[in-house]
Amino acid sequence: MENEVIHTEQLTKCFGSFTAVDHISFDVKHGEIFGFLGANGAGKTTAMRMLCGLSHPTSGKGNVAGFDIATQGEEIKKHIGYMSQKFSLYEDLKVWENLRLFGGIYGMTTKDIARKTDEMLEYLGFEAERNTFVSALPLGWKQKLAFSVSILHEPKVVFLDEPTGGVDPVTRRQFWELIYHAADRGITVFVTTHYMDEAEYCDRVSIMVDGRIEALDTPDSLKAKYHAETMNDVFQQLARKAVRQAD
Amino acid sequence: MLRFLLEKEFKQIFRNPFLLKLLVIMPLMVIVVFPYVTNQEVRNVKLSIVDNDHSPASNRLIQKAASSSCFQLTDVSSTYDEALRNLELGESDIILEIPRNFEWDLKRNEKAKVMISANSVNGTQGGLGSQYLSFIVTDYGNEFREQENPVNLSAADIPIFQTDMIYRFNPSLDYKVFMIPGLIVVLVTLLCCALTALNIVGEKESGTIEQINVTPVPKSLFIIAKLMPNWIIGFLALAFGMIFAWLIHGLVPEGNLFTVFVFSALYILAMSGMGMVISNYSNTMQQAMFIMFFFLIIMMLTCGLFTPLNSMPEWMQIITKVNPVLYFVEVIRLIYLKGSTLNELVPNLLWLCGFTIVFNVWAVISYKKSA
Repeated sequence: MENEVIHTEQLTKCFGSFTAVDHISFDVKHGEIFGFLGANGAGKTTAMRMLCGLSHPTSGKGNVAGFDIATQGEEIKKHIGYMSQKFSLYEDLKVWENLRLFGGIYGMTTKDIARKTDEMLEYLGFEAERNTFVSALPLGWKQKLAFSVSILHEPKVVFLDEPTGGVDPVTRRQFWELIYHAADRGITVFVTTHYMDEAEYCDRVSIMVDGRIEALDTPDSLKAKYHAETMNDVFQQLARKAVRQAD
Repeated sequence: MLRFLLEKEFKQIFRNPFLLKLLVIMPLMVIVVFPYVTNQEVRNVKLSIVDNDHSPASNRLIQKAASSSCFQLTDVSSTYDEALRNLELGESDIILEIPRNFEWDLKRNEKAKVMISANSVNGTQGGLGSQYLSFIVTDYGNEFREQENPVNLSAADIPIFQTDMIYRFNPSLDYKVFMIPGLIVVLVTLLCCALTALNIVGEKESGTIEQINVTPVPKSLFIIAKLMPNWIIGFLALAFGMIFAWLIHGLVPEGNLFTVFVFSALYILAMSGMGMVISNYSNTMQQAMFIMFFFLIIMMLTCGLFTPLNSMPEWMQIITKVNPVLYFVEVIRLIYLKGSTLNELVPNLLWLCGFTIVFNVWAVISYKKSA
């Protein structure tokens, strides 16, 4: 169990009579890149929000970074990073000010923040943009910055909700290099995506259909199991079973 | 952690050009322009006269009425019906009908009747207008008797009482002196409540609150960080308001400036807290605005600023007890006009403390980091 960063058992979330997430159970191992796939409205974001302590589960159990998601939400928040589907850094703050704010919130010292900021901006090739207002950055850059902010405090797990939505292929490629770089440093990556080429980059993927996890394995095993050439074929076969209307 | 949050809030607030404009334009409007608008004196009431007597006595009454600054003689009709039509058309506000034999009655019986009909759609104007007009008529009656019958008056008349009134603390009964301290309160209230009500909900709309909610930031720190800049803005608004009141209207507090600041500090915190609570229960800025104005209008109308509280029904007077604006209006007026000291205002201080605590604790509780 030492090796598991995320562990869920029969995790469920209902909104009224609608079951958004339906008894899902899975484990994510330390240092893994875990792809969390599913059609729109399949319940990915809801499941992710429960794991981040943003949403209380209706029933079932879950552990993230060794803390219970139902009762220790605030503890979990100290050890995770999160990048939401909608860009949510402060547009009226400069690049370095966003880094400083979130570093400060996670309890980093001013010195640490300054050092990490320099490192990060250099690694991203963003030095020239240090004093740029975030609102002025192009989308691809914003996403890279948002990712960098989410791992600034070296969390155990980082949750990425469709981080590459609307991003051009070159920037997407660069973005995945950032993800690998983070995983190499021991940060577990939990990522949702609609791009099946990205699913191939993951160590393991799960595919959600109508709130349930229909498949969970390495991309290669999944392809073998469903006699498919690509992850895209696997996804098509599974997602077609969905009865729920996409949003 | 608080340091970083405060840094963020201050940067955001002072980078908002709209807000800085608002901070200058609002005090200008509320303190410089509003006092002229909230004038409750009745002037230029359009007077219509129906003279059925055409005597020297009726003529003199007409002249007396027309020469008053309250009235503006707009119409002299030959019949009451005609005058009524004009009143209905809005060409006059009040009719004075002088009956036939007015002079004769006045001389023979020492009394005569006139009729005053006022358009009371505008209640204040109708009420005060007819009151002024009957003063003029009474006054005229006295003059007439004195002229016609000076001996008789002193001998036979019942004793005449003369009342001298002294209006303490506002000797000239200047409505501006009365209104401006209240308007300073309006200014601070509007600015504080509106800005905070839009603050958290603004973060909800832009999605940035999500990024904050997923961090371990304690709720109370987040709320404090939001309160502080608003607190300073509230003080700036207060300072602007007081400076304009002094520069334009020459009004300075009778009492201690320190007392004003103590109460303002509390009041601004209380109102910001209220704004924060509204913000927490709203999902969009529109919603927050509507909720805020709903409460603000009620609070403004029941704070004793525009209408005296004593004339409200008793059940309403009980409800007004939970209106924070009421306590602050009272305090600012007392300090400005009467020069009350902190010791005399302890009950208000306690009430405001209570509101500050309730609203801000409520703001922390109602801020939900997870659903």
